[in-house]
Amino acid sequence: MLYSEKVMDHFSNPRNLGKMDDADGVGEVGNAKCGDIMKIYLKIEDGIIVDVKFNTFGCASAIATSSMATELIKGQPIEKALELSNKAVVEALDGLPPAKIHCSVLAEQAVKAALKDYYTKNGMELDPAIFGSEDCGHCHSCDGGCDGCEG
Amino acid sequence: MKTVYADNAATTALSPEALDAMVDCLKNNYGNASSLHHAGQEAAAVVLEARETIAKALGAGVNEIYFTSGGTEADNWAITNAARLGEKKGKKHIISTTFEHHAVLHTLMKLEKEGFEVTYLDVHEDGYIRLDEFKKAVREDTCLVTIMYANNEIGTVQPIEEIGAFCKEKGVYFHTDAVQAVGHLPINVAEQNIDMLSFSAHKFHGPKGIGVLYCRKGIPLMGFMQGGAQERNKRPGTTNTPAIVATAVALKQCCDKMEENIKYVSGLRDKLIDTILATVPRTRLNGGRSPRLPGNVSFCFEGIEGESLLLHLDLKGICGSSGSACTSGSLDPSHVLLALGLPHEIAHGSLRLSLCEYNTEEEIDYIIEELPKIVSMLRDMSPVWEKIMKGDN
Repeated sequence: MLYSEKVMDHFSNPRNLGKMDDADGVGEVGNAKCGDIMKIYLKIEDGIIVDVKFNTFGCASAIATSSMATELIKGQPIEKALELSNKAVVEALDGLPPAKIHCSVLAEQAVKAALKDYYTKNGMELDPAIFGSEDCGHCHSCDGGCDGCEG
Repeated sequence: MKTVYADNAATTALSPEALDAMVDCLKNNYGNASSLHHAGQEAAAVVLEARETIAKALGAGVNEIYFTSGGTEADNWAITNAARLGEKKGKKHIISTTFEHHAVLHTLMKLEKEGFEVTYLDVHEDGYIRLDEFKKAVREDTCLVTIMYANNEIGTVQPIEEIGAFCKEKGVYFHTDAVQAVGHLPINVAEQNIDMLSFSAHKFHGPKGIGVLYCRKGIPLMGFMQGGAQERNKRPGTTNTPAIVATAVALKQCCDKMEENIKYVSGLRDKLIDTILATVPRTRLNGGRSPRLPGNVSFCFEGIEGESLLLHLDLKGICGSSGSACTSGSLDPSHVLLALGLPHEIAHGSLRLSLCEYNTEEEIDYIIEELPKIVSMLRDMSPVWEKIMKGDN
């Protein structure tokens, strides 16, 4: 089997799937040309992520990593969600095939992008140490296949 | 859960009769076909009989059939051999297409590194070469034309007879990778002026690990491995008697029922294509409708990704394949879909269902019932689809 049971579980029964009309932060990362786009919606109250939804275009691991990422940050304070690493997502899914690691990077970036949107909307200061530059790590893992990187 | 096997272009189920022939051979005809004793000679006799059956099915001579380990080996062998022959005469130009199988493309790339020049014919948006473009590409120093008979991903069938006739006129060798065509379409190498033809048995209900190179008599064929004198000194290695016997049985079965199979399988294909195109919006059929392999169905569904689609189908018992990047093991979608000029984002949403005479009408109905539901579910969660829909409004 290509994927772990956990990946297949999150792929076939994704958690927190859907859209949100009144989201406090929305982040979209990826590129259709590369074959995966993740969009994460956050509802934030008193610094806590009280609800999260996602939509994903992509392969099974893209769907599973989005699903797992939303589970890992739901109910967590913002600071904790900002610490979410792609490694944590991979571990929570009992691993990913090497060629699919970039999906977990994308999931981490989608969460950060949604939080960045929340910070911007609320006039909060963006710490470049956390949010980094406009660079899109996903595209670096694309190995040049993605020349239309819009971040 | 019932398995609906619709990936016959990847490989087919072994025919029960081919299996019986194979097992019988393994049990009762285990002699080495090169041995002089009766056990060996009995093996040699069944191999000869199989060779005759296969030659007859292709309109070839019995001494024009060489057994190999599969289609890949046959492709490598034919192309490299023709290139070496050309090189001796100072001819180092080859014509092929952009959407050949990797067994052909990678062999050509290797030759390019050695100084050969390769013209890759455009297959246009419909998956067919244009004869005028082909004819214009043939030069004084062209030593080989290698064009696949039918494409493995999109099923389009090339004008083989016309290509063969022109090659004959110009004195250029013509090889065709016929892995998807043999056993499924009527082939006559003499009438179609095919100089070399490659195929493998497992695409027509024969066993895996066996293929054939047909090489027209008179073309010097050089071996590429060192060893014994098998295959008339061209291809060493102990004769694979059980696989050869089973190949002949499977091929004969397909050829005996070819007309009937073509009618039945293309009926299933057309029902599947027509229904899905009519019920699932923003879906395209890859490759022109005619001439097309009887069993090939290839779609692109906008807004979704092929691997997710494939795995959801698998959860319903349906086996298909996709040319999306995620399934190709690389980061780009299949070179075949890109050769049609499809943008990456559309090519990612590809699905190939390849049918055979073992498929039933009920299975097609089941696919027709399940596939649109899965496409719709994946589209509902796709930000790409969301954008497409917003653009529509």
